[in-house]
Amino acid sequence: MTAGTPSAPLPASPLPPEIVPAAPPPAPLARDVAPAEQAVRRARRWKPAEFLFWTVALVAPLVLPRSMLLMNEIAILALFALSLDLILGYAGIVSLGHAAFLGVGAYAAGLFALNVNADPLAGLLVAMLTASALGFLSSFLVLRGTDLTRLMVTLGVALLVFEAANSWRSLTGGADGLQGIAMDPVLGLFDFDLKGRTAYLYSLAVLFLLFLAARRMMGSPFGLSLRAIRDNRLRASASGVGVNGRLVVVYTLAAAYAGAAGALLAQTTQFVSLDVLEFHRSADLMLVLIIGGTGWLYGGLIGAVLFELFQDAVAAATPQYWQFWVGLLLVVFVSGGREAVHKAGAALRRKIAGLKIAGLFGGRRP
Amino acid sequence: MLTILFDGVAYGMLLFILASGLAVTLGLMNFVNLAHGSFAMAGGYVTVVLMQRYGMGFLATLPVAFLMPALIGAVLERTLYRPLYDKSHLDQVLFSIGLVFMSVAAVDYFMGSQQQLVHVPSWLQGRFDIAGTGIGRYRSFVIGVCIVVAVLLQFVLARTRFGSQLRAAVDDQRVARGLGIEVGLLFTLTFAVGSGLAGLGGALGAEMLGLDPTFPLKFMIYFLIVVTVGGRAGLIGPFIAALLIGIVDVAGKYYVPEAGAFLIYALMIVVLLFRPQGLFAVAR
Amino acid sequence: MSAPVLETLDLVKRFGGLLATNSVSFTLERGARHALIGPNGAGKTTFVNQLTGVLKPSGGAIRLEGRDVTHSRPEARVRLGMSRTFQINQLFRTMTPLEMLLLVLGEREGRGLHLWSRLDARADLVREAAAIAERFRLDDVIGETIATLSYGKQRQLEIAAAFAARPKVLLLDEPAAGVPEAERQDLLNIVSELPAEVSVLLIEHDMDLVFRFATRITVLVNGTVIAEGEPAAIAADPTVRAAYLGGESGDA
Repeated sequence: MTAGTPSAPLPASPLPPEIVPAAPPPAPLARDVAPAEQAVRRARRWKPAEFLFWTVALVAPLVLPRSMLLMNEIAILALFALSLDLILGYAGIVSLGHAAFLGVGAYAAGLFALNVNADPLAGLLVAMLTASALGFLSSFLVLRGTDLTRLMVTLGVALLVFEAANSWRSLTGGADGLQGIAMDPVLGLFDFDLKGRTAYLYSLAVLFLLFLAARRMMGSPFGLSLRAIRDNRLRASASGVGVNGRLVVVYTLAAAYAGAAGALLAQTTQFVSLDVLEFHRSADLMLVLIIGGTGWLYGGLIGAVLFELFQDAVAAATPQYWQFWVGLLLVVFVSGGREAVHKAGAALRRKIAGLKIAGLFGGRRP
Repeated sequence: MLTILFDGVAYGMLLFILASGLAVTLGLMNFVNLAHGSFAMAGGYVTVVLMQRYGMGFLATLPVAFLMPALIGAVLERTLYRPLYDKSHLDQVLFSIGLVFMSVAAVDYFMGSQQQLVHVPSWLQGRFDIAGTGIGRYRSFVIGVCIVVAVLLQFVLARTRFGSQLRAAVDDQRVARGLGIEVGLLFTLTFAVGSGLAGLGGALGAEMLGLDPTFPLKFMIYFLIVVTVGGRAGLIGPFIAALLIGIVDVAGKYYVPEAGAFLIYALMIVVLLFRPQGLFAVAR
Repeated sequence: MSAPVLETLDLVKRFGGLLATNSVSFTLERGARHALIGPNGAGKTTFVNQLTGVLKPSGGAIRLEGRDVTHSRPEARVRLGMSRTFQINQLFRTMTPLEMLLLVLGEREGRGLHLWSRLDARADLVREAAAIAERFRLDDVIGETIATLSYGKQRQLEIAAAFAARPKVLLLDEPAAGVPEAERQDLLNIVSELPAEVSVLLIEHDMDLVFRFATRITVLVNGTVIAEGEPAAIAADPTVRAAYLGGESGDA
């Protein structure tokens, strides 16, 4: 391989960068540091499968023009899952209450549109700021303790927020929710239509931009320090990592992402109800990440696609009992299905390198 | 005022019975079983079905409401729970949430989503007056049953061979096995009894707490609070915690209804942060 | 000689009724090759954990370069120039050695909160990481996942990562523990090739390594320093022989 030539014929792997096989060049000369530099550069480079993934997402509305509402839901769930991946997959912080940030973002965006300004982007920003404020405050609660205390504290915070929204009727409309949210056109140009085309493209654009930002941040020295904390907290602090500070930052950041997902939900469905704060949102989200795998950013996105498709297929038949299937999936995945699926997925990925869709469908086989 | 106190005590006692199984599985066996409420719900529905479809008396259904969930618990422990003992708490939580969702949907499917009414026998209805305080007959009955169960439990855990074997098995499984203790059987039995007690609590509580398919979700957090606030070292902590929470919750809902369950959740978070081993935990 | 680079004054640590560190006043001179020895349970690791901030002392003080760091956080002490290895490997198992070294270098350069910077934005750091990997004989595995490395390589990475922080004081907690014979020589060479300006405190069981490496030895028994001096004096010290070495000969 010639040094300096960027696009070597690598096996395109959607795996996290660190699993990409390292420096292939033979005979490392003394003081030859090029392999290290190449390895770092290669890890951050875009893989063909990534281009494919986003291309598919962009052209999907042309192929399936009637499924744009579903696609919009997928994009929003994907953003929400991306948010949880930042804290769970990268920093190793477990949470059973992530719906709190989704819900606060949704209410903030809804209230802002109803009372202040109906511009979507302004509402998005307000929602992200509000959610990140709550994230910042509650981040101090997850710094200490074990996974079990964290699970319960996050669950408790989410319940508190739910109770608050439920009791503060004058603001949130209580059980009736916020109705009649009418949004201005995106960028003053694109009106929200009934078929959901604008909605989907708007959500996809927000998802894509925030994904780019997340990809950059998780590949930064900061992102590396998060993985250090997840892998070994003791060693992280013995390596000079200020653990608490990093966790506060990433928790706040993840809250902002979840808040953005909430804003998209409020703006594109033009409705906010207590449902956005329900416990099942947090639990479903866990399932999404389990399906897609944590710690490589695409897990949440792929998980969201599969989860929504599955829900669409099953819930169409028996919408009432959808939760049963979520429960069954959780039980099956935790009781050993996860390893099987990820092994099958990895094998498929190796076989049909570059074709992410193949890996996708491999992920579904139990 | 005294009536509220009394109702709170009854509620707390009930919470203790409902949560005692969780106190043992979480506190002693270190397994996070969020599906504990599903066993309670099972007990409640056993009573409902037996009374409505087979015309059995309320009291007569109670043993069945204990036995059925205990049996289900034993089977599930042997098949699904056991492989997860040494997995992470996150995995245990997700697994048991899965069970909760399944049980909620399944009960909804078979029994419908409406509230179930349990008619307690007429001699347990109404209330009597002691020094101007209204005392519900049924609540007195619940308190009585709960006290008996609590005393029995504490006796079994602290004074019997079973209890000491269990404590040995929890401390160090390998050593316990070496001593000839059948750890697997012990855990199955413990799990079954815990599930049965939840079922009994569910049957007793149907009249006071209400019973519908979302029961496990609604009360999941309460059980967890009892165990975390009470500490995981034994049953006395959870007992006091359950009473405290019962009283605070009833009084809170009476005096400051707009605060909803705020008080309880906030209490849990504060305790978790400052006394992660629980309020009444003894340092081990 | 100039002021000591690291010292403790009457350091005390109690666990309930147990006195794990009993009023230890210890001095590490600049550029020292100092060994801390003692039987199992003597409190060596407890002592190191206080030095590095993992444990809070019950009393006394710790000074690094004359600054009081008794209550500083672990990461602050790293920034002030003290880093350590662990008796039981504490590595970032999903990373590659290159990433782990880049992490330490990044933290050293204060880049840990750079959210928008690329990992290789500072090419000099990548080159330094590669050079450190070579120095610690990790260049052949620099891109492999740490969890898959041999135990010996992992031990080498333990030291390399501590070294990458460019410490003034390096605490090595039983660096050779458990390393199989085949990889042992590499490790011993690495330890003896550490640059002279780094002051090293070696906590060790292995007398072979101690007497080969150290120019000064402190003996800790039951949390108390019972002797300190040059290797020959320690080997001959009857109290040490009685309390610690027992029947074994010192140069075994």
